Amino acid sequence: MPIIIDHLTYSYGDAGADEKKALDDISLTIPDGQFVGIIGHTGSGKSTLMQHLNGLLKATSGHIYFDGQDIYDKDYKLKELRSRVGLVFQYPEHQLFEIDVFSDVCFGPKNLGLSKADAEYRAFNALRSVGMPEELYYQSPFDLSGGQKRRVAIAGVLAMEPKVLILDEPTAGLDPKGRDEILGLIKSLQTQKNMTILLVSHSMEDVAEYVDRILVMDAGRIKMDGTPREVFHRYRELEEMGLAAPQVTYIMQGLLEKGYEVDGDCTTVAEAADEIMKLFRRG
Amino acid sequence: MGRRDMLRDITLGQYYQTESVIHKLDPRVKLAGTLIYVITIFFYKNFLGYALAILFLAFVIRLSHVPFRFMVKGMKAILFLLMVTVLYNLFLTPGTPVFTLGKLHITKEGTGIAVSMALRLSLLVIGSSLLTLTTTPNNLTDGMEKGLRFLKIFKVPVHEIAMMMSIALRFIPILLEETDKIMKAQMARGADFESGNLIVRAKAMVPLLVPLFVSAFRRASDLAMAMEARCYRGGEGRTKMKPLKYHGRDYLAYLLLLFFMVFSIWAGRLKLPMLTI
Repeated sequence: MPIIIDHLTYSYGDAGADEKKALDDISLTIPDGQFVGIIGHTGSGKSTLMQHLNGLLKATSGHIYFDGQDIYDKDYKLKELRSRVGLVFQYPEHQLFEIDVFSDVCFGPKNLGLSKADAEYRAFNALRSVGMPEELYYQSPFDLSGGQKRRVAIAGVLAMEPKVLILDEPTAGLDPKGRDEILGLIKSLQTQKNMTILLVSHSMEDVAEYVDRILVMDAGRIKMDGTPREVFHRYRELEEMGLAAPQVTYIMQGLLEKGYEVDGDCTTVAEAADEIMKLFRRG
Repeated sequence: MGRRDMLRDITLGQYYQTESVIHKLDPRVKLAGTLIYVITIFFYKNFLGYALAILFLAFVIRLSHVPFRFMVKGMKAILFLLMVTVLYNLFLTPGTPVFTLGKLHITKEGTGIAVSMALRLSLLVIGSSLLTLTTTPNNLTDGMEKGLRFLKIFKVPVHEIAMMMSIALRFIPILLEETDKIMKAQMARGADFESGNLIVRAKAMVPLLVPLFVSAFRRASDLAMAMEARCYRGGEGRTKMKPLKYHGRDYLAYLLLLFFMVFSIWAGRLKLPMLTI
């Protein structure tokens, strides 16, 4: 079932002069199994929007429908929502607290009221899907490397078996290898488990490479909504918002300006390489 | 969400940025002034003293350009304490009863004490939050360091204490934000901080407290490293970029404070039949 966001507004501060709208009249439909990238500079409302989707923040006005139900209905169970919409915060490794990796991953499913056996089964599955080697299951999470910690934290959310996974800059502070691993893992969750993924990111390259659809946020509003090609085609507008297109798009635009016949809207290195090879073959 | 608002409501130790004479005063004056004010209000024996103290505070608040609602925010935190104190004194002070409710008596003496206690507590909180609202934490500890320098004779590590205090103050908002973040992250994993009895709730705090301590230690060691990288080695021979210096307005403020203390204590201890507590 899709997620439908209907005229969502969230303001904070006192009503009147101090009032600030972190989200301003947002309407949006996210179909099942889509990989959505959300970009916007700091303070554009990305994280605020994400926190609404699993009920951590309650909108000032507007509605969110999940599985056809309004999550602001009085008898709607937020706990159920949180089991279906997994939210991975920025630097999720900061939430680890248990004595060993395995118990930490069990925390989520246990909170859902599952039996010990069920919770452990889910924890095993989650740890396997993030590719943690088994010999680390019973080590303290604080002894792991940065990338491993992050994978444990993501497993902690996956163990709740959500249908929708929201990640707030999951690659911040990781080295290129760790970054590719995490993004590859996220992509495989979409393709293999048909999960809906929402990825907040500052890296245009990452977004261009992996997502099906990009939402551009600025000052609490959605300014653009489309495929990476459509969005990055408007890179001049993005620059005005303090964002940019992937570097490779600039290279292709540069070639275009110099009079080479290439597709200026390439967003990934692979696409651009193909285009340039075509150019060479044509002579 | 209620908890988040609660965290935001703690004004004690929060600076309100604006231009005013009070903001510009030397922190030593403000520290001494707060101390004098707090001590003075314990000397009153009649309501005239309190009236003067309220007037004086209103005057200073007016000068400080800090909106009054910021002071009231601090009051919210002690509302419960205030109510208990008032009710306790109102009903349990022996004396001439003026009103009886079953077994409970409200006495004339009790009313006086209850009102004066409530006034004292409120003035205390508002007075001290005025200090932190108009002085940056850095200035405050600078003032403390310089004002208490004489304690060095007794081998009190004044500089180190002041440095620790300023770091602690600096970390309050950071840790509050961190608490909020971790709390949300655990709630997203189904943690429940609000239901259950006391023991259940205390247990529910573990997933919040462990990461919070870990992060506090991490931040502390990062900070220590950064300080050492800049050759920090304690107060010995350390100079200030902006040394504290008294100006004309500071001497005037001392004079006013002294006058307020003497005059209001004198007035507050007059034997006034109508206004005596």
